[in-house]
Amino acid sequence: MTAYQFGQAASVAAGTMDGGPMPVSVPANAHENAAVRTDYEDGVVRQFMIMTIVWGIVGMLVGVIAAAQLLFPALNFDIPFLTYSRLRPLHTNAVIFAFGGSALFASSYYVVQRTCHVPLFMPGLARFTFWGWQLVILLAAVSLPLGITQAKEYAELEWPIDILIAVVWVAYGVVFFGTMATRRVKHIYVANWFFAAYIITIAVLHIVNSAGLPVSLVKSYSAYAGVTDAMVQWWYGHNAVGFFLTAAFLGMMYYFIPKQAGRPIYSYRLSIVHFWSLISIYMWAGPHHLHYTTLPDWVQTLGMVFSLMLLAPSWGGMINGIMTLSGAWHKLRTDPILKFLIVSLSFYGMSTFEGPMMSIKTVNALSHYTDWTIGHVHAGALGWVAMVTIGTTYALVPRLYGQTKMWSIRLIDWHFWTTTIGIVLYVASMWIAGVMQGLMWRATNADGTLTYTFVESLKATYPYYAVRLVGGVLIVAGMFLMAYNVAKTIGQRDKAPQGSPAAASA
Amino acid sequence: MSSGFSIFVVVVTLLNIAAAVWLLLWMRKRRGEESSTASDTTGHVWDGDLCEYNNPLPRWWLWLFILSVIFSLVYLVLYPGMGNARGTLGWTQQAQFEAMQAEQERKSQAMLAQFADRSPVELTRDPQALAVGRNLFANNCAACHGSDGRGAIGFPNLTDNDWLWGGEPDMIEASIRDGRQGVMAPWIDLLGPKGVDDVSAYVLSLSGRKAVSGNPATGKAQFETICVVCHGVDGTGNPALGAPNLADNIWVYGGSQLRVNESIAKGRMGVMPEHGERLGEVRVKLLTAYVISMGGQHGVTTAGL
Repeated sequence: MTAYQFGQAASVAAGTMDGGPMPVSVPANAHENAAVRTDYEDGVVRQFMIMTIVWGIVGMLVGVIAAAQLLFPALNFDIPFLTYSRLRPLHTNAVIFAFGGSALFASSYYVVQRTCHVPLFMPGLARFTFWGWQLVILLAAVSLPLGITQAKEYAELEWPIDILIAVVWVAYGVVFFGTMATRRVKHIYVANWFFAAYIITIAVLHIVNSAGLPVSLVKSYSAYAGVTDAMVQWWYGHNAVGFFLTAAFLGMMYYFIPKQAGRPIYSYRLSIVHFWSLISIYMWAGPHHLHYTTLPDWVQTLGMVFSLMLLAPSWGGMINGIMTLSGAWHKLRTDPILKFLIVSLSFYGMSTFEGPMMSIKTVNALSHYTDWTIGHVHAGALGWVAMVTIGTTYALVPRLYGQTKMWSIRLIDWHFWTTTIGIVLYVASMWIAGVMQGLMWRATNADGTLTYTFVESLKATYPYYAVRLVGGVLIVAGMFLMAYNVAKTIGQRDKAPQGSPAAASA
Repeated sequence: MSSGFSIFVVVVTLLNIAAAVWLLLWMRKRRGEESSTASDTTGHVWDGDLCEYNNPLPRWWLWLFILSVIFSLVYLVLYPGMGNARGTLGWTQQAQFEAMQAEQERKSQAMLAQFADRSPVELTRDPQALAVGRNLFANNCAACHGSDGRGAIGFPNLTDNDWLWGGEPDMIEASIRDGRQGVMAPWIDLLGPKGVDDVSAYVLSLSGRKAVSGNPATGKAQFETICVVCHGVDGTGNPALGAPNLADNIWVYGGSQLRVNESIAKGRMGVMPEHGERLGEVRVKLLTAYVISMGGQHGVTTAGL
């Protein structure tokens, strides 16, 4: 990355956001309101931004193939590398850690510089995090289809890759916290609280949960046994949702919504309360993944009540985001980027309501192990995470490449509708399928036998698998629209030298 | 858990809840130094134009938080959650499971009582009994024998008239109640690959089939020293041992020469688990009736697998 992009950074950073002037008087505290700098380190942001789009397409495409295999099992072509069991972890790892992870690296590096008024601390280390993270993704893309796995959900990668992840993550922490430590403003912006919490927590979760005894280069055994192992895994698993997919993307939201809307954050005190309560209460919620198992009753109860107490802290972020728009609702008519951001918050609010409800033991007894869980996860992962990431991408790409706006606003609108309809089809079909499965599995005859065999419930799910597949295809189609739009946006910049590496990889 | 750890759990739980509530209540009110008009920002500015209002916490949201905390605290008193405390309701998931199971079993037994003093053969004439038998079959037998009872490789077809352990009602009932183990020893060490081919060629000839390889005449001699012990001189088997009839072209483990070779070379270990203890006497009888009704007693021979 290169002299060109460093130079480009200067012109980009000075560019204005198109939100228009703030409707409030900006106080003249000179020590905080330092002049906006122009020497931000954006090469690594551009790299991560492009890879966000690439991995988004790859990860979602693998998801569509897995969804199609549930409908047409022959689609694995009897090739072991293509079986559902291996593609499924490839899909989850690709969308969470490759797509979501790249988006978080890009946005956190972008945001922390602008809100600390300094360039990145140790930019060389930041570039290492890019290449290190891409190597992790590449190793995942090879090892998972080969069937090399720790068999822990969302922590499948084997120990050598785990060590690489830990190294990259510590480097990430050094860059991020170093930048915060050298900041030129007194107050730490709320987005950075969330990014900071996510970076620290993911390091702890990853290292503790992945602890194991290697027996060869591709095989290790967990450091924990039995139900302790299960509990550590879901302490990790649920907080991966809580900190990777929730807190970190709230950090993204806290920068890009006020910027895009041109409005101040609704409530500082609300952000304080919901931040601290969210990160402390989330830590306890993992056991709700293990209701009615050999996990002791008291742990299950704690998992349930803390999940319920998580509702209000989660909604705090939604309120703060949506109310920030209050007074600027008219912008939703003309700005599809804001539509992405606001709809993402609506899905966020919906799935953070659904989650606590599903953690209640009696509800969980119906929903657990059914496709309802899949629907819930995707309401969060597509509705919230992907939507806010896509909105951020459309806001960020022009700024990163010296443009005022995306090449086509109309295409953004098309992307918005394909994605929204796709998600609704996906989530609604999985809800219905899940509740149906739960009811079929528990139905009994007067003689005490089960009314339905498992395969009958599978057969009944087929139409919903088809609807889900249609939804997935729509979502992937939207991602291609975005890739095209981004390529065109990058391609139309003035005085652009040919064959910039970032443009080439789009 | 130890009482020390129990106390630790309780303290950390309550501390976290208390801290969240304290922060909530602390942030509820505006304090003196803060501006009193909502249109003013906190005074912090980032990146040129990023600033924050300091609106009060939405009241409905504040109450939502407080109510969820109150619910949780009450729940923690009623249910196990505070360390070693059992909860005032005395609930455990084990007890809930056992109570639900006992209740279901009580209802089922009341319903099954009407079949208790009839024999399986009598029950085959009662459509209601057969309906219950069909449910039991779907729950307990279909996984191996198929939902239509036609079996699969290694799992006998129950709809034809070929019975490994005898097709009389008593024998079927015994198979279900006590289970069966059909063991055939591996013969590759004694016969060698050529011998296996010869014997399988002879075995296939018993059903009037021609083998791909092997000499049936040589195989016959070996069959008559080794196999006759269980399968009989004419190869028609022995239900007392569960030794299959080899002369009817019906094959539990598949009838290609490859499969027959495999059976002879490596032996077989067929297991039907016992169901008497799990299901009880009445359900075993109903299952027997259902299996009889599947076609075995009509003398119709379905083609083998």
